Amino acid sequence: MNKQEIQFLKEKALDTRVRLIKEIASFGQGHIGGSMSIVDLLVYLYFREMNIRPENPQWAERDRLVLSKGHSGPALYAVLAEKGYFDESLLSTLNQGGTTLPSHCDMLKTPGIDYTAGSLGQGISAAVGIALGQRLKGWKARTFTIVGDGESQEGQVWEAVEAAGAWKLSNLTGFTDLNGQQLDDYTDAIIPMKQLKERYETFGWKAIEANGHDFPDLERAIEEARNTEDRPTMIILHTKKSYGFIPGEGIKSNHSMPISMETADKAIKDLFERERDV
Amino acid sequence: MRDISEFQNYKDVVIGSIIDLAEVHDDIVFLDSDLSSCIGSTSFQKEFPSRFFNCGIAEANMACIAGGLSSVGFTPFIHSFGCFASRRMYDQLFISIGYAHRTVHVIGSDPGITAQYNGGTHMPFEDIALMRQIPNFVIYEPSDALSLYKLVQQVYKRGEPSYLRTPRKGMTRRYDESTEIELGKAITVREGSDVTIIATGVFLVDHAIKAADDLLKHRIKARVLDLHTIRPLDTETIMKAANDTGKLIICENGRYAGGVGEMISSYLIQHDLAPRIRFINVGDCFGEVGSLDYLSKRFGMTSGDICKKVFEIL
Repeated sequence: MNKQEIQFLKEKALDTRVRLIKEIASFGQGHIGGSMSIVDLLVYLYFREMNIRPENPQWAERDRLVLSKGHSGPALYAVLAEKGYFDESLLSTLNQGGTTLPSHCDMLKTPGIDYTAGSLGQGISAAVGIALGQRLKGWKARTFTIVGDGESQEGQVWEAVEAAGAWKLSNLTGFTDLNGQQLDDYTDAIIPMKQLKERYETFGWKAIEANGHDFPDLERAIEEARNTEDRPTMIILHTKKSYGFIPGEGIKSNHSMPISMETADKAIKDLFERERDV
Repeated sequence: MRDISEFQNYKDVVIGSIIDLAEVHDDIVFLDSDLSSCIGSTSFQKEFPSRFFNCGIAEANMACIAGGLSSVGFTPFIHSFGCFASRRMYDQLFISIGYAHRTVHVIGSDPGITAQYNGGTHMPFEDIALMRQIPNFVIYEPSDALSLYKLVQQVYKRGEPSYLRTPRKGMTRRYDESTEIELGKAITVREGSDVTIIATGVFLVDHAIKAADDLLKHRIKARVLDLHTIRPLDTETIMKAANDTGKLIICENGRYAGGVGEMISSYLIQHDLAPRIRFINVGDCFGEVGSLDYLSKRFGMTSGDICKKVFEIL
């Protein structure tokens, strides 16, 4: 990845974060923490990796993404709008009655959403089914899924992982958003998610650790996943919850936060200043 | 369609019906949860090895995998014992199949007391109530081999998620090609004008017919309806029975709460019909181990129990 390409993705990520903050502020509150932590990943996938046709969201042989941590829908909507799946103005209807953008992903309502999620642990199983189906169809299509580290406390995640490993679903790439926090507290204070890499390897996956906020590192990991032909890959992403929404960074209660328009404006201004300094 | 007499048990009928569909429709896949030798989906695996997946003892995962397969154009049939095919994977059926509008066909074998020697842990008394809470599931429980074969085919063609209650063992032949078998349309097994016995499933339809025979000795003419489809409910036939006979005995192999009896009573009340009604069901309790004969007596689900209820309201 050259400097221009990195710069392009960085600008897309900054734009996405701004849209996302405004999107949640337009409703007044929302799942900001886990949405902000996966923005860079989503930008990378949708602008550089996935084989998709935004003008034809139901194209059968597309790559698909299941956002198993379905409460982070607002982040995905901010990216889908930028990709042209729907008009950006819809972002301000988030969670309003009659909206096509509910905070938890709904494949029946939102163009570009490949599976409904919200009951944690289920999306990764659906992703296993999708990857299995793509292979059965003989398509070259791939399936991506994003699970939370807190979500990984769900037993069903491991049922899905053992099946995908047993079936050697090499067209399945998972990401664990290892931001170290869940709704109530830091993950370490509840049920720690230790040795994830070893766990996945034991279940027959390739496991790669990467910095979830660094595009060259994301590229390295995702390319390695793409080139792994004998098993699924889990990329364990070291991320920061609320990354880019500065009022939520480094605090415990950043899972879902009230965000006024004034707070949003200041947060966006502060984010631009920080990015400029970088 | 093939000759039903080729089959030995209901389980062979279910799998045979699905195999016959799968020969024509290449979207059909089968998922089992380490119970393939119990239901005989091993036959499906033999016929279509690439379209069969044994998901192991992980029912919740199986349900969502089926949902995922559905989203790329497959139509999965999935199987477990009824207790696991409902309770154990309930949130998955609710969210990843029902709410997501995925067409997945769930086979719950050995409903209610037909679980017999597997005992209380394996007796789904509440599966009808649970599945009724998911707004788009067809729920059906055929009472003989031919209707089982045909209704599996019709459910596939309907294209909505479904939940099948069927015993694995036994091979009742009640109907022939002259019988009109249609999903959502109860079969009138006996005509009668004094009372209507509505029954679901093999052994309760058996007992309902036996009860009707016994009641005739008392000059009571009982109508018997085989309610093989629980949802969508055949309200037309039920309303007619309520109007014609004014008395209903509603028999189901499960709990009263949320079951067929409650569903029918509620419908009739909302349509200003107030026939006299009595229920045959397991009541408000857990299951226990025993033979079908022992358990049907233990839970008051025999033809004699049906007759007693009829005498209560005549």
